[in-house]
Formats: sequence, structure tokens, C-alpha cells
Amino acid sequence: MTESLKLTVDRRDGLAVIYTEGYINNQGGEEIAKAGYKLIDEGYKRLLLNLAGTKIVNSIGISILIEIIEKMIEIDGKLGFCCLTPTIEKTFQIMGLTQYAPVFSNETEAVAQLGA
Amino acid sequence: MAGDAVLREVTLALPMVPEMEIEASKTATAVAESMKMSPDRIDEVRMAVVEACINAIEHSHARLREVRVTFEVLGEKDPEKLRITVRDAGIGFVPEAMGEPRIEDKLKSQRKRGWGLKIIRGLMDEVEIHSGAEGTTVVMSKLR
Repeated sequence: MTESLKLTVDRRDGLAVIYTEGYINNQGGEEIAKAGYKLIDEGYKRLLLNLAGTKIVNSIGISILIEIIEKMIEIDGKLGFCCLTPTIEKTFQIMGLTQYAPVFSNETEAVAQLGA
Repeated sequence: MAGDAVLREVTLALPMVPEMEIEASKTATAVAESMKMSPDRIDEVRMAVVEACINAIEHSHARLREVRVTFEVLGEKDPEKLRITVRDAGIGFVPEAMGEPRIEDKLKSQRKRGWGLKIIRGLMDEVEIHSGAEGTTVVMSKLR
């Protein structure tokens, strides 16, 4: 029954990309937060969450993503999302996340914008 | 205007255990596919079902740890609308008393949660909430 989340982190020059695969629920959100805070501790101020491998999220998981957005605002960093399903993007818009963390249709565009 | 005759009906009685919402969402997908709803609309229904189930698990405080989810395909001759009813036997709440969550407030607040109803209302075409001492029923519909 469990659909656990798998994370892959790609550290680049000045920007780190977190790839998710699976359901972003409370446990999934916590895993992303753990990875995100570790990257922040390592000095990364630009993070990209590539959700191409995630087809479903829930509001508890997204609430944990809001904590990461809050942290990024605190450190004057940038967090972006890319490769969202139309429903996940619509959900982020309903919640207002896109005002604080931009959504990009693909990774190339996201890296160009966030890395600038 | 969608006809309201019930053409097909499926009811699940799901225990309130972690990720039961995924089981409900799978049935939502199967029923919506059977009425040839578009993939994007199916995805929205799936997400709304997940949120309604999570609300029941998290907030109902029900002694009977079960959520009943009914999927009804409505129409005159052909499927026109999917109506989903999510019921718990919890303590209920006053929907009007629930403030509208705002991202500006959540960013400053310790409590980041409380988005479920807003998401459901944003994704479904019609949403009704009936809540009282005998539990909460969320009725949500989406046209095909």
C-alpha cells in the first residue's frame, strides 16, 4: 500500500537539484525538507525541486514544502519547482505557493532562471 | 445541466490507516476513467479525494476509525457527472468557522497546515460540507 518517496540530489555549481519519485505525503515532505536543509547547511542558496517523478502530493506534504520556502526567504535564497503535473501546479496556485517559489515547465528553464 | 440519475455506484469502507487515501484515489481514477473523463480532470478528482480522506483521518477524531467513500456516476443516458461522498463518524466541525488559509499567514505561522478544504474547493466543480455531532460528510462533484 505504501508509496514511498525516493530522492536524488544533484549538486551543481551554486545550485542543487532535488529529484523526487513517488508520493509527497508527510513522510515524503520530511525527506525533502531533510535533504533541503542539508543542502542549505552546505551553503546552497538556490534549490530546484524537480517533481517529474511525482504524480501525487497531499496538503500535509506541501505544508512541509512551505517550511522550506520560509527558510529560503530567511536566508535570502531561491527555491523553484519544475516539471509539475498540471494538477500539482494548479494546487500550488490555489495555495499561493507560486508567489514565493516559481514554477518552471522544464529543468533547463528553471536552472537558467534560478542560477541567474 | 447534468442529469442526476445514478447510473453506477461504488462504495468503499476504508480503515483510517496511513495511505488509505491512496486506495480511495485509485477507485476514483477507475470510476472517472470508466466515464471517459479527461486525464487532467481525473487527476484533479484524485487529489480532491486524497484531501477529503486525509481531513477525515486527521480531524474527525472518530471512534469508528473508518471512512466511507461513495462514487456515483450521474447522468440521463450517458455519464455526465461524478459525485463523490466522503463520510466520517467523527465529532464534526463548523465549516463557516474555518478561516481561509493564506500563504502570507502560513509562512509566518508555526502551523502550516489546514489547506484541505481550500484545495478541494479549487479542484472540484461543486462542494458541499455537512457536519454535526454525528460526523462530517463532504459531497463533491465534477462534470465529465
